[in-house]
Amino acid sequence: MTDAIVVEGLEKRFGATTALDGVDLTVAEGSVLGLLGPNGAGKTTVVRILTTLLLADAGRAEVVGLDVVRDADAVRAAIGLTGQYAAVDEYLTGFENLEMVGRLYHLPKAEARSRAGELLERFDLSGAADRPAKTYSGGMRRRLDIAASLINRPRILFLDEPTTGLDPRSRLAMWEFIAELADGGTTILLTTQYLEEADRLADRMVVIDRGRVIARGTGDDLKAQVGGQRLEFTLSRAVDLPEVARRLRPLAFEDARTDEQTRRLSLPVHGGTEVLAEALRLLEGVGIEVLDVGLRRPDLDDVFLTLTGHSADDAATGDDTQAEPVPAAGGAR
Amino acid sequence: MTTLAMAVSDSLTITRRNLIKVKRVPDLIVFATLSPIMFVLLFRYVFGSAIPIPDGLNYAEFLLPGIFAQTVIFGSTITGASLAEDLQKGLIDRFRSLPMARSAVLIGRTVADLLLNVLTIAVMMITGFVVGWRIHTSIGEAILGVLLLLTFAYAMSWVMAFVGLLVRTPEVVNNASFIVIFPITFIANTFVPIDNFPAVLKAFAEWNPVSAVVQGARELFGNVVPGAPEPNGWALQNPVLYVFIWVAIFLAVFVPLAVRTYRRTAGR
Repeated sequence: MTDAIVVEGLEKRFGATTALDGVDLTVAEGSVLGLLGPNGAGKTTVVRILTTLLLADAGRAEVVGLDVVRDADAVRAAIGLTGQYAAVDEYLTGFENLEMVGRLYHLPKAEARSRAGELLERFDLSGAADRPAKTYSGGMRRRLDIAASLINRPRILFLDEPTTGLDPRSRLAMWEFIAELADGGTTILLTTQYLEEADRLADRMVVIDRGRVIARGTGDDLKAQVGGQRLEFTLSRAVDLPEVARRLRPLAFEDARTDEQTRRLSLPVHGGTEVLAEALRLLEGVGIEVLDVGLRRPDLDDVFLTLTGHSADDAATGDDTQAEPVPAAGGAR
Repeated sequence: MTTLAMAVSDSLTITRRNLIKVKRVPDLIVFATLSPIMFVLLFRYVFGSAIPIPDGLNYAEFLLPGIFAQTVIFGSTITGASLAEDLQKGLIDRFRSLPMARSAVLIGRTVADLLLNVLTIAVMMITGFVVGWRIHTSIGEAILGVLLLLTFAYAMSWVMAFVGLLVRTPEVVNNASFIVIFPITFIANTFVPIDNFPAVLKAFAEWNPVSAVVQGARELFGNVVPGAPEPNGWALQNPVLYVFIWVAIFLAVFVPLAVRTYRRTAGR
């Protein structure tokens, strides 16, 4: 398989903040890559460089064999981009938005119109086709935005946090649309903060932190690194946390994480509900009040703790809001 | 498609998009025309009685070309504010990711605002007729007068396009441009004759391109006293030529500057 996207040694600084510190990645033609990282890790900066919106300070990026700087126009003709915020003209109707984008891709008028109708149908927006986008819900705007990026039948689609801010139902619908596109052979680079989302949609994942790649592989590779499940307890009193951690230690393969403020305890375990039952048995008759207990799959925060020793929340360098980068402590190491 | 054909087609697409907004948000056009009507009435009837003007001319005739100029110049802030709004909403990012001409968003914007100004001038001329303003020259000269106003406003639109892309917040564009546009439209012959200005302001007013726009429009509409002495200074003696020199300078400087900023700018 050939690579649809090749990125080598990409670097970008905003003032004193280093947004990208030598990123390498490739995306095979027809596959889906999940670019995973917390806010400010540099995901959006990678997308903006690949979509010709931003110039890198160093490194090289190719999309369908075209250099994103030298052949910027040809790259633009081959890609579709859906940014973090739905970039639709709210005064135009859904149909007018898509027709305009089609015309700007230089489709003949008739084709732009028929393509607009097709995509509105496909994204469940036919009923709202003649209403100004101002009246659309968040989920509808996001769908219209993705439809706009598909007008030209792009070979490569960039989706920057396509489900951020969507309600759970719209998120599921969006996942289905993305999966359909991937099945149709479109190469997709998708950024997300959610391990679950990347796991569900992506063939391969690249995890970045502070502008550097810290892990790459399939979802299973990553989960194998992070390991097992998380057993989580919320107690009524924070003083009981050490006692619970001590009693449950035999069940875990690593020490428990506790948080006094939220009175929560998280324990990495192998196994399923039988571990949960065992844990509850170990806490019987000791007079500790448990408010909430559950078993969950590892999330991005767990990946970060395992790979970097710090949580995802501490990772931000602020580069995603790249107009005004906010330097963060430890951002430029 | 050739580069030129592409630029024309893309600019038309963007112009159309901007005009659809005018259609969908009629308040825009209502307020854009109400305020000049209000200005005409205020100056004509409130200040008009107190402002001494050259003999043989009624104040409406003196005033209207000034109001035309001030209004179309203020209209240029719409260019800057609209671009800042597009930036904020991420639309500029979308446009920049499309294989379209790099100048089209700016050309489409300024052309749409030019068409808006045509409408505004028409409304003001009608209001002017109602309060006693008249054209005393030929149709050709009158059309030239309108073109002079529109051309200068179009050049100002490019200045504001650059400001809008730089400032990036529509509200700030509005406030910032008022700070500049108020003085340049008031320290001029727009509403009062400049002969009694203090020396420094008088010199400024004599070389202020807005004065030349107004003087040029007055001459082309025939709103000057026949046989009156020539105004002071080369600029006001050759107002049309002087205005076109400014237009050329504005366009030569700000078209490339605005396009360059557009290419490098980034939303949010």
